Amino acid sequence: MAKVEKKGSVSEELLREFFREMLLIRRFEEKVEERFRAGELPGFLHVAIGQEACAVGVCRALEEGDVIASTHRAHGHTLAKGTHPNEVMAELYGKLEGTSHGYGGSMHLYDVERGNLGANAVVGGGLPATVGAALAFKMRDEPRVAVAFFGDGATNIGTFHESLNLAQLWQVPAVFVCENNHWAESTPAKQQLPIEDLTERAAAYGMPAMHVDGQEIEEVYASAVAALDHARGGRGPVFLLLETYRLTGHYVGDPQVYRPKGELQELRETQDPITKLREKLELSDEEFEQADREAHELVEASVEFAKAGTDPRPEDALKNLYA
Amino acid sequence: MGGGDMPELSYREAVRDALSQAMRRDGDVFIMGEDIAEMGGSMGVTQGMLDEFGPERVRNTPISEMALVGTAIGAAIQGMRPVAEVMYEDFLTLAAEQIVNQAAKHRYMSGGQLKVPLTIRTQGGAGWSPGAQHAQQLEAWFVHIPGLKVLFPSTPTDVRGLLWSAIYDDNPVVFFEHRTLYGLKEDVPDELEPIPIGKARVHRDGEDVTVIATGRLVHESLAAAGQAEEDGVSVEVVDPRTLQPLDEETIVDSVKKTNRAVVAHEAVTRMGFGAEVAAVIQHQAFDWLDAPVERVGAKFVPLPFAPVMEEFVVPHQAEVYEAIMRTVGRNGD
Repeated sequence: MAKVEKKGSVSEELLREFFREMLLIRRFEEKVEERFRAGELPGFLHVAIGQEACAVGVCRALEEGDVIASTHRAHGHTLAKGTHPNEVMAELYGKLEGTSHGYGGSMHLYDVERGNLGANAVVGGGLPATVGAALAFKMRDEPRVAVAFFGDGATNIGTFHESLNLAQLWQVPAVFVCENNHWAESTPAKQQLPIEDLTERAAAYGMPAMHVDGQEIEEVYASAVAALDHARGGRGPVFLLLETYRLTGHYVGDPQVYRPKGELQELRETQDPITKLREKLELSDEEFEQADREAHELVEASVEFAKAGTDPRPEDALKNLYA
Repeated sequence: MGGGDMPELSYREAVRDALSQAMRRDGDVFIMGEDIAEMGGSMGVTQGMLDEFGPERVRNTPISEMALVGTAIGAAIQGMRPVAEVMYEDFLTLAAEQIVNQAAKHRYMSGGQLKVPLTIRTQGGAGWSPGAQHAQQLEAWFVHIPGLKVLFPSTPTDVRGLLWSAIYDDNPVVFFEHRTLYGLKEDVPDELEPIPIGKARVHRDGEDVTVIATGRLVHESLAAAGQAEEDGVSVEVVDPRTLQPLDEETIVDSVKKTNRAVVAHEAVTRMGFGAEVAAVIQHQAFDWLDAPVERVGAKFVPLPFAPVMEEFVVPHQAEVYEAIMRTVGRNGD
């Protein structure tokens, strides 16, 4: 099996950009929780607080023309892929100005123009289409890569196995990014996974795998660059396993009765990717506060934008069904 | 194709011809499915295509319906026009998540940002004792899903023209073929003539009863119509060809003329496609109806293996004939 080695180092300037983006995602999601609890947001929501380094590290490694498929926990991926917070927030409010114009919601954020082929509310649902996008790139000889995000829970579903099998068989330019946050909704790894090392699942298909700390953005970014490079170079797909932590419930409002006492507190103290990067960059309080203020401002502005947005007319529901 | 004579094509050859012509014309069209390459498909539809188009565009897949349909979805969103073959429509159930939740809904969920120009070809049908898992007629499942188009042609001309239109439609199309029609031959137009999606075909004009039939039952209905003619009952036979979108106008106009209707398909009668057609007729032509709408379909059991039981379960000419005669107040004896 081919090995994929991590490449290069990341400049401090780039790390500072990553920091600002991760902080924006964090503040955005905290605001989403707040507005949901205030009863302003319809439906239900999943935030990815704690997983920001995965979203930013992978998306920042992408090149123009690369595409992603996301999951039900999609806000971070969508923002990291370049959609403006205003458009994401407007979608969460069900407004026409939203990225899916109010037809999708939190679990169906799409931004096709920016290469975001959509968040998927069916676990594993987006993986086969990622293989298909990659197949199209290969057949057209375009130097593009298709990336699927999914969680550890998805590695138990059939689409995961069928997709990895076919992707490796056909050597398509795809990267499968498994964000292993150790919980499939409320079910811990030991109740859903008979193996500890999920790269064994890629190995079963002969697919090269990388296994990195998803809370260290430098690691994530360098691995993603290498994985994308491998796929883009015609050497087939890569399985990129990121060990990460969901520092919150499965959905907003989840009482998390299933969590061992003290786990969340300990993880928040030891596994917060934003704290880790802040320490690495040795940011002063002043620098942090400035970045935080900017993030808050963008997020507040997105709420104002969304609230001032246009409600669809009821009969708009009948549009956009057929091309 | 050249020459001026009407070529004779079987239903199988007509499918192959539409696929091949589209692939000759357009590099974005390709086919994928189980055993479609060297073997030429379990029904022989794609025989010879590997030689002409090569393995990149005639792609054998693993036995892996979720991935094969889902991969076609992904390629379609990128602007290819894939035609995925699902060997038996019973196996659509394996790919149902991808068809129902993904292909049908991507455009809508994205607020119109993308298109899924995908064709899923499949086939089924009883009459050869395959048993319960290789011959179901599941078109009603997919007609029920907003975002899909559903086609079910019954003749070589129709299957060729409609498959072409399906390939070039910008929406996901589930394209049903019937197992027992593959050998059916007829003269087809020299040049492939695309048939618009959503247009029914009136196979036979009549005055007394309209039979709206799909798939194999079109042919059974035409035979039943000939039989009824001998008894002095004039029967019009309409094949919707496209089940979604449905050409309600042609059906309703016909029933307003004949004042009686029979719906006939091989699928199980209960909750079948015919139930919707009957609802459309009673709603739009209630005052024209002189008799209850009769329904012909399979009995409410899985398909049994033994030929005598299979024959008993699925409808044939006799059941259509009897239904016709009931609508004119005769017992059909």
